[in-house]
Amino acid sequence: MKFLSDKAVDRLRQNASVPDLSGTRYQLLERVARGGMGVVYAALDEMLGRRVALKVLDVPVADGDLARRLNREARVLARLEHPGIVPVHDVGTLSDGRVFYAMKFVEGQRLDKHVEAVTALPDRLRLFLRICDAVAFAHARGVMHRDLKPANVMVGAFGEVLVMDWGLAKILREPSGGGAEEDPEATILHTPEASSNADATEATQITGQGTVLGTPGYMSPEQARGDVAHLDERSDIFSLGALLRFLVTPAGNPKSNLRWRRDKTLDAICAKATASDPANRYASVSALSADVSRYLDGLPVSARKETVLEKAARFYRRYTVAILLIAAYLIVRTLILLFFHR
Amino acid sequence: MNKILLGLLLGTVLGAVDGLSAWFTPAVRAQIVGIVVGSTIKGLIAGVAIGFFARKVQSLMLGILFGLAVGFVLAFIVAQMQHGYYLEIILPGSIVGIIVGYATQRYGQAPAAPATTR
Repeated sequence: MKFLSDKAVDRLRQNASVPDLSGTRYQLLERVARGGMGVVYAALDEMLGRRVALKVLDVPVADGDLARRLNREARVLARLEHPGIVPVHDVGTLSDGRVFYAMKFVEGQRLDKHVEAVTALPDRLRLFLRICDAVAFAHARGVMHRDLKPANVMVGAFGEVLVMDWGLAKILREPSGGGAEEDPEATILHTPEASSNADATEATQITGQGTVLGTPGYMSPEQARGDVAHLDERSDIFSLGALLRFLVTPAGNPKSNLRWRRDKTLDAICAKATASDPANRYASVSALSADVSRYLDGLPVSARKETVLEKAARFYRRYTVAILLIAAYLIVRTLILLFFHR
Repeated sequence: MNKILLGLLLGTVLGAVDGLSAWFTPAVRAQIVGIVVGSTIKGLIAGVAIGFFARKVQSLMLGILFGLAVGFVLAFIVAQMQHGYYLEIILPGSIVGIIVGYATQRYGQAPAAPATTR
């Protein structure tokens, strides 16, 4: 009797996991990434002749809990038509019984990789504002993401910012004004920091009812407590605050050569967004992004009261050229008075 | 504020202030009213011209250069009429032109693009 080597077993396992796309309009190209519920493949939509991303469930059960969850994720995405949210094209069941959905194939980098090359603070803040736009839109549609982190944001080749992985999303209310959908995510979904990495996600756990875990460092305290019933948009605001802190803290990325120092105002914005009591956070994503925009424009922010000196410094930074020109005029006038008309 | 109005207001105010500074020169203090009126009109003309330019050309550098040129030329004409005080009139007048040129480009609002239909 001959035993198969580990390598051969691994290869067989991989071949067995390749989805059977026969009978669909898609042709499998390559495996792209692994998520909590399944694998994302690049595929060719033969009818439209374009690349799409297929998220295919691991388990060939079309009516199980995971299948319901994947279907639900596709439905959530379908209701979020926004340039900052990856659009879903199709949903269905493969001939091998696995549920899948097709979405736009995003060519780009994860935010945490992309920002290594973005050394200017205003550029990073503008990226953040675009993430806020997408999340604010989702909130307006009654959907909260619940797993916002750098690994779940993609930056495309043309600078487009897309919020990905809505598998943990919670529907807070129906757009028509109906009651909130029963939350099937009352489960632990522990996603390690590098969860989008194929290897790292092997550690993803799905456990019992009643407790929710997102990503340590990015999930709100109430989410960490598993207080699912009381989660609202402010939980996403906490995650956005943590994401902002990641983007603006030079120490957060020792590899890159960042050109700014820590800023008290930005620290205050991060602190307000990540307050442990949800009541002390920004009331909405729009309020958070408005504060960041005001910071970018050199205006005072709601998160922090400035001293007179700080106000003067901000005023000078905002109107440096105009102030210098007026100073030049006054100096010239004074010199003329002193040296020509004694 | 639109660029022409901003140029007009800023040019007028700075022109008036520039004229008032003549009060510190005892030799011309008696003619202060005429100087202020003339300087205000000069600032107004320069401001409107710079504002028009800023509306047509969206460039900070060109706006500053145009402001400098207008300020210089108008101040030179005034100095010619005064038969003297070239440096005292031209230097501050040119800086006022630069300030108005910068401000109209930086802070003036461009006219809204007309709506297009298909």
